[in-house]
Amino acid sequence: MSFINYASREINCKIVYYGPGLCGKTTNLQYVYQKTAADAKGKMISLATETERTLFFDFLPLALGEIRGFKTRFHLYTVPGQVFYDASRKLILKGVDGVVFVADSQEERMDANIESVENLRINLIEQGYDLDKIPYVVQYNKRDLPNVVSVEELRRELNPTNVPDFEACATTGEGVFETLKAIAKLILFDLKKGK
Amino acid sequence: MSNPQLIMYDEEFKQINVALEKLLREANAKVIFLVDKNGQLITGCGETERFDTTSLASLTAGNIAATGGLAKLIGEKEFSILFHEGEKDNLHISIVAGRVILVVLFDTRSSLGLVRLRVKKASEELTAIFNRLLQKNEEKEKSGDSEFPFAEITDDDIDNLFS
Repeated sequence: MSFINYASREINCKIVYYGPGLCGKTTNLQYVYQKTAADAKGKMISLATETERTLFFDFLPLALGEIRGFKTRFHLYTVPGQVFYDASRKLILKGVDGVVFVADSQEERMDANIESVENLRINLIEQGYDLDKIPYVVQYNKRDLPNVVSVEELRRELNPTNVPDFEACATTGEGVFETLKAIAKLILFDLKKGK
Repeated sequence: MSNPQLIMYDEEFKQINVALEKLLREANAKVIFLVDKNGQLITGCGETERFDTTSLASLTAGNIAATGGLAKLIGEKEFSILFHEGEKDNLHISIVAGRVILVVLFDTRSSLGLVRLRVKKASEELTAIFNRLLQKNEEKEKSGDSEFPFAEITDDDIDNLFS
């Protein structure tokens, strides 16, 4: 849950990027990091294996500016996507304020996407959250590749509750900030309700 | 289960900082900071400008979460103290009031024994402050006392963040 500090007039929120292995979660954060002004971002931390697969998490602190006199800081995390790192994924969801599900649009990754959404739902329940109640957006990544599933089908399979969704290509940055902006907005509106 | 939202007020923030400054002096430490279990930095004192405290905060919380996972696997509730020894600098990490993490960075000018002793004393003080704070949070929530800064937030306010 977010941390509001009246004394230093700061508000901190935690966003987690979730999705199957190699869907582009780390690439999303890397693009945000590259395109953000130096004074707005902290150091990006990647805990990766030798093959560049995320081992524990990637972390990027981002200061988006002031709102009603409060500095807003978003802490962006990714989870390791590979199936055998489930214990790490559970830990990273602790205290989450909003989730971005990054789907891999390629046909052969559909099963992995579906499995990952189900895994997200279960792991959130373990932490006391309900995916249908927390701020949540979906990103259909890798739209630039030739063998992609149509957005309609992705939507039907991965976004039955119709949360905000975005087409993206994280390597070029298309859709990356739109996704981040949408989840940040949902979190701030959630905070407005006082929860 | 998830922890309820943590809201920090001036009064307790000052008390916490006083307690940390005292610990810094008494333990001969370089830096002390407090982190919530979700990885958000609450406050720090000492040579904080020399270190990336935001990253330290997030990694510390990750570390606590991971060792908590290890503890459960061997049938323990949690490990309440972690110690990392380096060539020059050392980290003493402990859980205070069940929900915040106290991190003490120290070098050869101090010792593990002294740090452990002083941390124990400071933890009692910090626990009392956090218990008061959590009680205050609960009371404000129950009474519906809404001084919440985001109650009047507009679409434009949020859009301006991204412009």
